[in-house]
Amino acid sequence: MAAHGDDLKETQGAKDWVGRSIPRFEDAALLAGRGHYLDDLGVPPGTLEAAILRSPHAHAEIEAIDCTAAKAADGIFAVVTGADVKALTSSLVVGVKAGIECWPIAVDRVRYVGEPLAIVVAADRYRAEDALDLIEVRYRPLPAVVDPLAAAAPDAPVLHPRANGNVIGERVFRYGDPDSAFAAAAYRVRVDVRYPRNSCTPIETYGVIAEYDPAEGAYDVLANFQGPFSLHPVMARALKVPGNRFRLRTPPDSGGSFGVKQAIFPYIVLIAVAARIAGRPVKWIEDRLEHLAGSVSATNRVTTLEAAVDSDGRIAALAWDQLEDCGAHLRAPEPATLYRMHGNLTGAYDIRHVKVRNRVVLTNKTPTGLNRGFGGPQVYYPLERLVQRIAIELKLDPLEVIRRNLVPAKAMPYRTATGALLDSGDFAATVEAAISDGQLDALQARCDAARAAGKHYGIGFAAVVEPSVSNMGYITTPLTPEERRRAGPKNGAQSTATVSLDPLGAVSVQVASTPQGQGHRTVLAQVIADALGLKPQDVRVTTEVDTAKDGWSIASGNYSSRFAPAVAGAARIAGLQLRDRLARIAAAQLNVPAAEIVFADGRVGARSNPNNAISFSRIAAAGHWAPGTIASEIGQTIRETVFWTPPQLTAPNEADEVNSSLCHGFIFDFCGVEIDPTSGAVCLDRYVTMHDCGRILHPAMVAGQINGGFAHALGAALYEEYAYAADGSFLSGTFADYLVPTTMEVPEPIILHRESPSPFTPLGAKGVGEGNCMSTPVCIANAIADALGLAEIDLPATPSKLAAYIHPPETARAGRPQPVARPGGGERVLFGEGRAQVNAAPDQVWRMLLDPATLEAVVPGAHGIEKISDTHFRALVTLGIGPVKGRYRADIELSDLDPPRAVTLTGSAEGALGLGRGSGRVKLEPDAANRTVVSYQYEAAIGGKVASVGGRLLDGAAKLVIAQFFTALAAHAGGGRQRTGVIGRVLRLLRRKP
Amino acid sequence: MKPAAFDYVRAENIEEALDVLRRDGADARILAGGQSLVPMLSMRLAKPRVVIDIMHLPGLKRIESGSGVIRVGAAVRQHELERQADLASQQPLLAAALPWIGHAQTRNRGTVCGSVAHADPSAELPLVLIALGGEIELRSRRRSRRVPAATFFAGMMSTDRKDDELVEAVRFPAARSGTGYAFREIGRRHGDFAIVACAAVVDAETARLAVGGVADRPVVRKLPLPGDPALEDALDAFAWDLDARDDLHATATYRRQLVRRLGRQTLEEAARCRA
Repeated sequence: MAAHGDDLKETQGAKDWVGRSIPRFEDAALLAGRGHYLDDLGVPPGTLEAAILRSPHAHAEIEAIDCTAAKAADGIFAVVTGADVKALTSSLVVGVKAGIECWPIAVDRVRYVGEPLAIVVAADRYRAEDALDLIEVRYRPLPAVVDPLAAAAPDAPVLHPRANGNVIGERVFRYGDPDSAFAAAAYRVRVDVRYPRNSCTPIETYGVIAEYDPAEGAYDVLANFQGPFSLHPVMARALKVPGNRFRLRTPPDSGGSFGVKQAIFPYIVLIAVAARIAGRPVKWIEDRLEHLAGSVSATNRVTTLEAAVDSDGRIAALAWDQLEDCGAHLRAPEPATLYRMHGNLTGAYDIRHVKVRNRVVLTNKTPTGLNRGFGGPQVYYPLERLVQRIAIELKLDPLEVIRRNLVPAKAMPYRTATGALLDSGDFAATVEAAISDGQLDALQARCDAARAAGKHYGIGFAAVVEPSVSNMGYITTPLTPEERRRAGPKNGAQSTATVSLDPLGAVSVQVASTPQGQGHRTVLAQVIADALGLKPQDVRVTTEVDTAKDGWSIASGNYSSRFAPAVAGAARIAGLQLRDRLARIAAAQLNVPAAEIVFADGRVGARSNPNNAISFSRIAAAGHWAPGTIASEIGQTIRETVFWTPPQLTAPNEADEVNSSLCHGFIFDFCGVEIDPTSGAVCLDRYVTMHDCGRILHPAMVAGQINGGFAHALGAALYEEYAYAADGSFLSGTFADYLVPTTMEVPEPIILHRESPSPFTPLGAKGVGEGNCMSTPVCIANAIADALGLAEIDLPATPSKLAAYIHPPETARAGRPQPVARPGGGERVLFGEGRAQVNAAPDQVWRMLLDPATLEAVVPGAHGIEKISDTHFRALVTLGIGPVKGRYRADIELSDLDPPRAVTLTGSAEGALGLGRGSGRVKLEPDAANRTVVSYQYEAAIGGKVASVGGRLLDGAAKLVIAQFFTALAAHAGGGRQRTGVIGRVLRLLRRKP
Repeated sequence: MKPAAFDYVRAENIEEALDVLRRDGADARILAGGQSLVPMLSMRLAKPRVVIDIMHLPGLKRIESGSGVIRVGAAVRQHELERQADLASQQPLLAAALPWIGHAQTRNRGTVCGSVAHADPSAELPLVLIALGGEIELRSRRRSRRVPAATFFAGMMSTDRKDDELVEAVRFPAARSGTGYAFREIGRRHGDFAIVACAAVVDAETARLAVGGVADRPVVRKLPLPGDPALEDALDAFAWDLDARDDLHATATYRRQLVRRLGRQTLEEAARCRA
């Protein structure tokens, strides 16, 4: 096949459409608002709409779900729970042998905030959401575990009781002789990294329209799924139908994916089942709150990486220890994030000895899946931080350490220690070109000047290899060779393209690449125009997929930057094969040998005599109108479907070496940052990114990919994190807390190129869509570390984190109690204290605290306090903070009674807006006039919706509610002059004086 | 993200709006721009029975300047005030703070009084109002009254407004000669909620600094003039007294540090602007 590829390249020349930035065919519709997105498409008559009830708890047993009221509500057609789904489906396939199941909806237990619990199917989404509030769920909360290291500990709460702990996969690998290399090393340098959770948050969220045909026993689903279509068999098996009874279609346009729309597949199963139960087509459009909490995330990873280094900075060996956090369920194709880079664990460097320990752990967080970069950021962050640390510890220039370790050009194609076959490139020359064309010397001068002026300025570097076209076989690397033998070999990556000619000789192309905005249609028109001597506008391309009609395979879809190297290459092969057959028809008509036939400018003619020619459309239509005139050995010329899989993508071998990807681009980045001395904010002064992505098919689209990847990476470096509290509460549930950089925050990088065509792809192209997600976060981190002299830095590098290194330490406040120390970052435990003066003696106040009638009067918004025992009360409470109002079921217990001096109040509340639990110690002290000074200290944890969407406001809200309680108590004791509603006046009375 | 059902009342005159407020009280919310209320409705954080749209009441659309006051009616959008001719000379603090409110798109819809009534502790307009010592005009069927900003803001999204009252207008004191004004803010991104926002008013004798984004409401304090060695300790005490909390975006320590640094910078800028 490689030889074939070489042939193809010979036919490419200066007149090619490929390589030019022609205007995108997609844009006329998109810019005029005429895109065909899933939510814009018509639905079958009678289609119902779904809304999903999601868990407010990170970890809890489901004791009961009562859907009676929801089912009885107006306009409700079905309410589907985990039990209903389980009855009609089987568990989604799990990629490791750990004895765990993976359901698309909670069955018996919830394991992350946002996990689906029930689907309401209604006449419209409004009524569906109304009915969500009517579903009564009784939970038995379980301890949650969100930290991967804590989850891996032997005494951690276990998410899946049938598994042997939360670590559900562990493999140790050894390549070369790492132990000897470490023993002989002059230096050992090590980094410890916690890579955070983030995502790529496409503008368009998930959408599914599903229908079940009971006559055929078949599901028909339209979804903005992006592939890989290896998940089609996963879904069909879950739905318990043969693949031909699960028709999956994708819409013509999709509003971004970046990997994220892979993880729609559990929702496809859910909505398909809901449609079957409802007996009608069902449509579900995910909203942004659902998307942030419950779609998918990239993995967060805890990594220790150690290098054996000689005194020149040459790296002899690496030791990786990676703990991958896949969230609450292991969803296909996970743990692929951990193995996508397995062949590339040595990055751009020539390192022959590697040992690896990989562990996969489950935690009470959203399950993970595909996300731009897919494993690359998690690997290159430690690797390139390590290179900087080697330079610092050995007192070398970081550039020198990079140079001394790069894979030499003469070694190409180069087999890495862990099995990847690097296809082409001159890394050293590319680095030198970036340094000169990107003007590193000028940046260095800026850095020197800024530092001389006392500024915090630093420069960072990153060199990475960007893999593309995933080997479907790498996902079996987590299995042992023995397990792989039993399962049968998995390898390759079939890509497919169909070129069709119609009776007027017009050319159509169809591919299963499910683009999400990239411009595949334009590039394919260029590729086929070149193959057939036409103009791109003569070629019409469709990219939507229908599994019932189109050519596809498990590797189909839009991921691993496979379009340019694989899909466009398959299209070129199809175009040339059709061309060669058309040439033979033309040769017969023009009386010249087929080798003499050229296709150019819409005509087919003899090379030696331009006048001996015929129009392309006439030759192209011949297969329809006059098939009898075509020699049988030529065959039909109506439709050519090509399946192409590169032979280099072999299965992992017995030594666990795996060529995880077909192509390997090279990226070398450097940047300068300045840290604001007041705010700690990072100002990206200059960013240079040099790419070798092989042959460039459309320069403007390549620039678009680089700019887009850079923006995502900047977000990962400085802004974005899916944050969880220690109790599993989800804290970044809106775009006010999950901070995506906007055009105001993203500077334009300086983009440079070299082109080393891949010998392994038909067009010489390599992927380019993900590289900056791999190189940029660590390049920026290295610059920040350089600016502030930091040995360790974890992302996102927020101003608050960095300021701690800039601002001189705070001097404790004289004569004041120190603020209560709190558990580490992101913890949503609220602390507070206050005092109130009550116009009654302590023993009177004591009696009031134990009296339901008093409590009803003073608990803000309480109605109907029920006394369970002398020290246990239940109540319905309506709480309002400004316009935010909700009803909660509250449970209050008194303990540690020390009458009439002190008591501990412990309570919990749960309602549609969220849940909270807390406790407070209340002390009663008489003053000189035998009134009582009530003082209190509380600690409260708040979860559910309010914690996800309003974290910024929680402290103030808790303070307000608790102050309301004690103020009301004071007012009650004082004769009830002040009622709870008089918040403002009362708070002024309570306000503590400095 | 679909709101629960509510009645929509498009008030034709102010009496109608006040009647509905009197009838439904806490179950009614005023729609005046909707940049906070509508997302809260969509997220079902707020489920009012009635939403009263006051944006069509002509009497509330005026910006009036005179007698040392800029009076902004309840239906005046933020961008209308922002684009008011001579705003920078009438009240430079307002002119400096307005561009920090959300984004141009949200300012095209959001109203000045709506932001004040909503009382978000990070919001710029309540901060400016309290820094300047402005007033809020409240009106119900029973009475009309004016409340000083210093007593209006009662806590997290809580104010002195009674359930039957409408914020009819807010009154910003106009610039006084010999007084300097400055505004500074630090947030994560352009248009984000302030982590710390500072508004300073400095004249020959006094310096006032208002801080938003830290306590559960904007807080103003009289401080020593820039240049006075006592300022540092006073700012330190102010930073502590605001009782900063950790959240997802910033630690309490960071907020205190910003109050000290940004507070001093803002006061110094206001002092420079006096000249």
